[in-house]
Amino acid sequence: MATTSGANILIESLKRADVEYIFGVNGGAAMPIFDALYDAEGISLIPMRHEQGAAHAADGYARATGKVGVTLATSGPGATNLVTGIATAFMDSIPMVAITGQVYTHLIGNDAFQESDVIGVTRPVCKHSYLIKSSDEVAEVVASAMHIASTGRPGPVVIDFAKDAQIHESLFHYPEQVNIRSYKPKVDGHPRQIAKAVELIHSAERPMLYAGGGVVLSNASDELRELAIKTGIPVTVTLMGLGAFPETHPLSMQMPGMHGSCCANYAFTDSDLIIAIGARFDDRVTGNLDKFAPNAKKIHIDIDASCISKNVPVDVPIVGDAKRVLAEMNKLVHHVEIEPWMRQIDEWKEKYPFEYQQKGDKVMPQYVIEQIYDIFPDATVVADVGQHQMWAAQHFMYTEPRQFINSGGLGTMGFSLPAAIGAQFGCPDKTVININGDGSYIMTIQELIPAITYKLPLKIFIINNMYLGMVRQWQELFHNKRYAAVDYHDNPDFALLAQAFGATGLRVERVEDVRPALEKAKGVDDGPVVIDFIVDEEENVFPMVPAGAGLGDVIRGLA
Amino acid sequence: MAEERHIFSVFVENRFGVLARVSGLFSGRGYNIDSLNVGETDDPQISHMTIVTHGDAQIIEQIYKHLNKLIDVIKVTDLTTENHVERELVLIKVHAEPQKRGEILQIVEIFRGRTVDVNPTTLTIEVTGDEGKLRAAVDMLRPYGIRDLVRTGKIATMRGGVR
Ligand SMILES: Cc1ncc(C[n+]2csc(CCOP(=O)(O)OP(=O)(O)O)c2C)c(N)n1
Ligand SMILES: [Mg+2]
Repeated sequence: MATTSGANILIESLKRADVEYIFGVNGGAAMPIFDALYDAEGISLIPMRHEQGAAHAADGYARATGKVGVTLATSGPGATNLVTGIATAFMDSIPMVAITGQVYTHLIGNDAFQESDVIGVTRPVCKHSYLIKSSDEVAEVVASAMHIASTGRPGPVVIDFAKDAQIHESLFHYPEQVNIRSYKPKVDGHPRQIAKAVELIHSAERPMLYAGGGVVLSNASDELRELAIKTGIPVTVTLMGLGAFPETHPLSMQMPGMHGSCCANYAFTDSDLIIAIGARFDDRVTGNLDKFAPNAKKIHIDIDASCISKNVPVDVPIVGDAKRVLAEMNKLVHHVEIEPWMRQIDEWKEKYPFEYQQKGDKVMPQYVIEQIYDIFPDATVVADVGQHQMWAAQHFMYTEPRQFINSGGLGTMGFSLPAAIGAQFGCPDKTVININGDGSYIMTIQELIPAITYKLPLKIFIINNMYLGMVRQWQELFHNKRYAAVDYHDNPDFALLAQAFGATGLRVERVEDVRPALEKAKGVDDGPVVIDFIVDEEENVFPMVPAGAGLGDVIRGLA
Repeated sequence: MAEERHIFSVFVENRFGVLARVSGLFSGRGYNIDSLNVGETDDPQISHMTIVTHGDAQIIEQIYKHLNKLIDVIKVTDLTTENHVERELVLIKVHAEPQKRGEILQIVEIFRGRTVDVNPTTLTIEVTGDEGKLRAAVDMLRPYGIRDLVRTGKIATMRGGVR
C-alpha cells in the first residue's frame, strides 16, 4: 500500500467519519491541510473571515444537524481566535472537532513564530485534546476525536497538528472501531432508579417535567413528548431545549428562569416533584437556590454524573442517555390524576402570558418577533445574545428540536451570524433566520461575506435598539440609569452596509413596514437579506427574576 | 458542611498532559490539592496518582465525578472509605555536630529511619510511614536544626486483592 501525507490522512479520515464541511481560515502552519483540501472530493472547505466565525459556523452546523462540526485554523493567532468558539461549544455540549496547525515539532516550546500552547490554552474549555507529532497517529486520533466529541456528554475536541506531521507520509488505515479503555459513557439508566422515579411520578400531586438541552442532544424529543402526554404532566423546556416539547401544546408551560414564563417559575416554586431531564439547574433557571423548589422532590436524568447534585440535591439520580432512560420510563408510566394542579397551571398561563405594551407608534421589538413567527413559523431561528435573544425565545413558538439555536451557556455575542451560516450549510432546505442585536451583529459582521459568496438565503433580522440593550436594562434597573458604555447611536446604517457588502439591505422604521419587509425577505432566495428593524430603544425584557431573588419573586413588568 | 480529608487513588493513561488535566480540574474549581504523587505502575502505559485533598462532602463528590469524567482516567477510588495502606517518605537533612550524632542516630533508630548521607556538619535521614509517624520524627529532630526537608506526598493502595 502506498503512503500518503499526514494532511491527506486527516482529510481521508474526516471523510470516513462523514464530515462534509470544514469551516476554516488559512495560515502558515495549516497550509498542507488546506492544500490537501484544495482538490479533495466529497468534503469542502468553507473559508470564513475570522476564526471565531469559523468555530461558530462549525458549531451552528452541529446544532442544526446533530452531526460533528469541524473547524480548522492555523497556529498561534488562528488558534487563539478559535478559543471563544470552542468555549461556546463546550458550555452547550456541542459535538465539534477543532483542528489547529502547530509549528514543526522541533520548534515546539521554542517561542517559535506563531507558536502558542494550544493544548494548554484550550484545556479548560474542551472535552479533550490531542497533539499530533507524527503522521502515523493521524487516523487513530481523528477517529477517537470524532468518537469523544459525539458520545457521552458531547463537546469540542481539539486536535493540534504539528506541520511536519502534516507533511510526513504514512500508511492510511482508518480504525473500524474506536475502543478507549478509559472512556465508556454510561448510557443505560439503572432499572432500580428508573422504577423509583416512576413510583414518585405516580404518587406526586404537583409534578412537572423540566427538560433542557440534553434532550435535544440525545434526540430524545419524541420520548419526552410521549412521557408528557402519557402521564399528562406539564412541561417546561429551557432556553437550550426550546422545541424539544412543542410550545403550542396545552401541556407546555414555556421557558423557565430569569426571563421565563411566570407559569413555569411559579410551578417550580409550588411543585412537589421535578423531573429534570438533560438540564443542569443553571443559575439563570433556578434563581436564588435557597428559594428554589422548596417543596419538591427531584428526579434528575443526565448523561453526566457530575451534573447531578451539583447545584441542587437530588432524590433520584439517574445517570444515562435521556433517550434510553425515557424510553424505559415510558414503558412503566401511566396517566396521573393531577386535576387541581393542572387547573392552577392553566390559570397562571391564562393570567400571565408573555406580553408587552405598545408604545405610541414605535416598532416594538416583540411585535417584530411575533410577525417573524407569523410569516416563518417553521424556520430555524438562530439568535444572538441580549434582549433580542430573550424576545426571540419568548415570542416565537418553537415546536421542533434544533429549531432554536443560541449560545445559552457562554452567552457569546457574535455567535449567531456565523452559526446561522453553519446551520444553513447543514440544512440547505430549511429557512434559516438570524435574529441579531445591533451590538452582537457588529462583532462578527465580516461573516456576511461568505454568506454572500455561497448565496445562502439567510434572513438576517437586526433588532436595532441602538444600545447594548440587555446591559442598559440592568443599568436602568440596578445602576440608576447610568448608561456607561452601552450607547450605540453611532451604529452605521446596517441596510446600506449590507448593500456595500453585496447583500440585500432594508431598513424598517415604521410599524406598517414590518410585514411587507418580511414578506419581501421571504422572496429573496439567491443570497442573504439584512433587515435593520429600528425598534423602541428602551424597551425591557419582562418577566424578570432579579439576580439573587427567588423564582416566586418574579417581576412581571414595570407598573 | 464539615471539611474532610480524602485520599484518591487514580489510575491514568501514561500520556503527556494528563497531570495538567488533573491539576487543572482542581485549580479551575478553586479546590485544593494537599499532595499529589504520580508514578508509573507495573504496566508502563499506566500511571498511578495518589491525590490528597480536602473539602465538604459535596466538593469531594464533585472531585470524584470530575476525575472520572477525564478521558484519560481509567479508574478512581476514594480510599478514605476503603481499607487501605498509606505511606509517605521524608528526607530530613539535620544539623549534626559530632557530639550530637549519637543522640540523633538513636532517634533515627526509634523511627526505623535510615541515614542516607553524612558530612561533617549534617546527616540526611530517610523516614517512611504514615503522617503521624513522620510528624513525630520531624518534631524530634527539629531542635537539632533542620537544614532541609523534602516529602514525597502520600502514596496509598487498597488492602487485600485487586477488585
Ligand atoms: C462577547 C460578549 N461581550 C459582552 C457580553 C455582555 N453582554 C450581554 S448582552 C449584551 C448586549 C447585547 O447587545 P445587542 O446585541 O445590541 O442586543 P440587545 O440586548 O440590545 O438586544 C452584552 C454587552 C457578552 N454576552 N458577550
Ligand atoms: Mg441592541
